[in-house]
Amino acid sequence: MIEVKALTKNFGKLRVLKGVNISFHKGEVVSVIGPNGSGKTTLIKSILGMVIPDSGEILLDGKSINGQWKYRSKIGYMPQIGRYPDNMKIGQVFSMMRDLRTDATAPDESVLNSYKLPSLFDKTMRTLSGGTRQKVSAALAFLFNPDILILDEPTAGLDPLASEILKQHILEAKSQGKCILITSHIMSEVDELADRIVYMMDGEVAFDKTIKQIKEETGEERLGRAIANLMKTEHHA
Amino acid sequence: MLKVTKYVIYDIVRNRVLIAYTLFLLLIATSLFNMEEDPSKAIISLMSIVMIMVPLISIVFATTYFFNSYEFIELLVAQPLKRSTILLGEYIGVALSLSFAFLAGIGIPILLFDATATGFVLILSGTLLTLVFISLAFLSSVITRDKAKGIGTSLMLWFYFSIIYDALILMLLFTFSDYPLEQAMIPIASLNPIDLGRIVIMLKLDISALMGYTGALFKNFFGNAMGIFYTCGIMFIWIIVPLLCSIKVFNGKNL
Repeated sequence: MIEVKALTKNFGKLRVLKGVNISFHKGEVVSVIGPNGSGKTTLIKSILGMVIPDSGEILLDGKSINGQWKYRSKIGYMPQIGRYPDNMKIGQVFSMMRDLRTDATAPDESVLNSYKLPSLFDKTMRTLSGGTRQKVSAALAFLFNPDILILDEPTAGLDPLASEILKQHILEAKSQGKCILITSHIMSEVDELADRIVYMMDGEVAFDKTIKQIKEETGEERLGRAIANLMKTEHHA
Repeated sequence: MLKVTKYVIYDIVRNRVLIAYTLFLLLIATSLFNMEEDPSKAIISLMSIVMIMVPLISIVFATTYFFNSYEFIELLVAQPLKRSTILLGEYIGVALSLSFAFLAGIGIPILLFDATATGFVLILSGTLLTLVFISLAFLSSVITRDKAKGIGTSLMLWFYFSIIYDALILMLLFTFSDYPLEQAMIPIASLNPIDLGRIVIMLKLDISALMGYTGALFKNFFGNAMGIFYTCGIMFIWIIVPLLCSIKVFNGKNL
């Protein structure tokens, strides 16, 4: 569904992406993991067209997204830190997004409702806690029933109950055949949700394997330890 | 595009700075007209204030607004909207609000106290200057990364057009005082929208006789209907070119 080919991006002298090749398919949850500053968010922002890559290309359903904008109606994006106009109320943000998205089909309010956001519609964005902001971001990402979900550290800042609810929604979206891309630092969560792991390191893909493969290769049951083992062997190799 | 504009205006009308700006202009204009017996003298004082304040407030307000609405822009960029649509929507929103503030603050008193051709030319050039300086503000906002640098660049631009440019012209005139520079003054004035705005108003006031041969030449060139068209055309270029440049920069910007 999404194909990333030889993608590079420099910010000044800093080489953030050094030729990244990945593909993401339908009905699959892929977790992009890696240390801070390894280029995960830049990769995501390139797919969304928020960052313009220096070279390489990104294909969505076989078509290059370079200079395009309509393709974004297929993507629901939940940013790492959701930033919204401070003096707007939650309800206004939702009605504004609905108003701006003329392409939208019937909205999917399941996340909105599971977080009971309608009861908070009168709250101003400025006054919201980090967790409530995350809930708003999650609800917006799911709102237009997109084929692709890109979630950048979705559960960071959410309370355990809210994380659980979000995970249920992610698994449900997967069963509907959506393509889901998650970045996360929480290995137990990755283990629960993901089918495949893309490990990024210094702007390159260090490995791209299914969770089953990783566990078999390392002989570890716990994903965190398995990844640590794999990193060690990768470094020695 | 107009939907983006709608939300920009919705946000700006609640902005205290914009209300203060409108009231400030209204206060200055009405008090000047009340103090001076002769409305044309009041127009001259008003012109001096408008030529300094309107570009300054327009450029600083638009730059600040752009950076304050960065969250809004970030939110929209991830949506299926063209980047040029987002930027133009923002521009139209800011332009409508600031022009409205100017028309309410300066336009209404002029219509009440001195609804002459001079008054109309002042309203016209003030509105055009508002649009020009919002364009320049957008350009300096997209080429800089943070608010402090953006506002710094904007202030430098204002300082250049209000003060440095005139100083440069004076230097040029003194250095080449042996040569006939009168003809060259028309293109030179066109390179500064503030000067251009000031010249068309001055010519309407019939004080161009005080400006010597250059004044006579200006009168010849700008004094008729063609002159007004020429001024509007040049101002239009001053609006369009920075705006197109900022769209081009914004299209390739990493957010």
